[in-house]
Amino acid sequence: MTKVLPGTIDCDIHPAVPSIQALLPYLDSHWREMAIIRGIDELNTISYPLNSPLSCRPDWKPAEGRPGSTLAAVQREALDGFGTSIAIANCLYGIQLFFSEDMAAAFARALNAWMVAEWLDKEPRLRASIVVPMQNPELAVDEIERWAGDKRFVQVLLLVSGDRPLGKRANWPIYAAAERHGLAVGIHAGSNYHNPPTPVGWSTTHTEDYVNQAQAFQSQVSSLICEGVFSKCPDLKVVLLESGFTWLPAHLWRLTKFWRGLRMEIPWVDRAPSDIARSNIRVSLQPVDGPPDAASLNRLFEHMQSDEMVLFSTDYPHWQFDGTEAVPHGISPDLARRIMVDNPRATYARISETVS
Amino acid sequence: MSWHVIGPASEIPPGGRKLVTVRGRPIAVFNIDGEYFGLLNRCPHQGGPMCEGLLTGLVESSEPGKYSYSRKGEIIRCPWHGWEFDVRTGQSYCEPDRIRTRTYPIEVEAGKTVVEGPYVAEKIPVKVEETYIVVDV
Repeated sequence: MTKVLPGTIDCDIHPAVPSIQALLPYLDSHWREMAIIRGIDELNTISYPLNSPLSCRPDWKPAEGRPGSTLAAVQREALDGFGTSIAIANCLYGIQLFFSEDMAAAFARALNAWMVAEWLDKEPRLRASIVVPMQNPELAVDEIERWAGDKRFVQVLLLVSGDRPLGKRANWPIYAAAERHGLAVGIHAGSNYHNPPTPVGWSTTHTEDYVNQAQAFQSQVSSLICEGVFSKCPDLKVVLLESGFTWLPAHLWRLTKFWRGLRMEIPWVDRAPSDIARSNIRVSLQPVDGPPDAASLNRLFEHMQSDEMVLFSTDYPHWQFDGTEAVPHGISPDLARRIMVDNPRATYARISETVS
Repeated sequence: MSWHVIGPASEIPPGGRKLVTVRGRPIAVFNIDGEYFGLLNRCPHQGGPMCEGLLTGLVESSEPGKYSYSRKGEIIRCPWHGWEFDVRTGQSYCEPDRIRTRTYPIEVEAGKTVVEGPYVAEKIPVKVEETYIVVDV
């Protein structure tokens, strides 16, 4: 498969803030001055070290500057390069690193304003996620309310690792706001590094950190289901981004098995967790933690017991595959169409509202 | 199918239970407020001895954080993996349509009726003045 089908929606691309200078015009006066006099720099984390091969595919690496940080590059490489109709911009900027709730809110506001002015207003194929200050759920809801009227925002973006499991009730106003406005909630790989990226402590290598995020995703799936987020917000769609998905069927088997014996602990979970996941949880395609052959991959899709869960993504500019081979070989044309077109449309209702 | 005498009704008081073997089948007999129910003593999950489980109630919820407890003493939790079964119907909580334990009809009959038959009471001495629990196996 060389290019994608007409109408394909890329559910995870990463336009980047070129530098903090680009955000300064979007900060209000006080916070602009604070950013300057405090010498706040680029909010880099260890999530995507600039020189890691994972962080940028070699053919997308610009001569200078950050990958994916210019509209021309994103248009050429992420949009025209695949022939996608729509792409959802999930900007990974280190707002989670602030300890000040107010500063986090100010930067989230600036980032979203920058996204509108520098990307959405200039490229009709782009949609975006609202970045929120998870340091304070109330402020996060304020940020959702600020942008929800703009239908080009199709999602609220959270990170998989924060201070507490995402299903906790303190976060529920965020889910209620998302559900109310028809926004999905995307949970992307990443962390504020207040907790180790693994459940067993701080690891040594980037490889471990990246690979073991699958366990963080598993924990969040359990948390969201067991705490009753989908019992409270039955129409909410949660999309796991850059999570991989080969672990998902096995995790749901495990969760469902123990729910059968322990469900009196969470009586609001009144149907099997695997059923809830199939109706409310989606996963992005890339990275495909690929079984090496098509037969094994198709068996995995059988294990998911749903052809509605996987959403096309390239994870641009991260290096997950080569050329335009974002959709693995050997899956049926019907499933490929669902992944590329039908499933993203069903998940992001707002896209259908703005595109015929 | 034939009716078998399990024993005198007084042997299983309300809230009580008793394991009996009838025609080679282990059957857990429960008394819920004077009504008797028989379940095969093998959990459909992995064969756990249901009769030894915790007799509990039904925990339901209208929303997260709300717990409602009803039907005390009408749910048996398998002692092996905690799967819950409705004593009245044998249905599991987790998959009521697919997973259920076999039930056996239980009646209480006067000794006089039992004596007249046809009831199988090989090992149980029957007195006319007593009442007896009988199971259809």
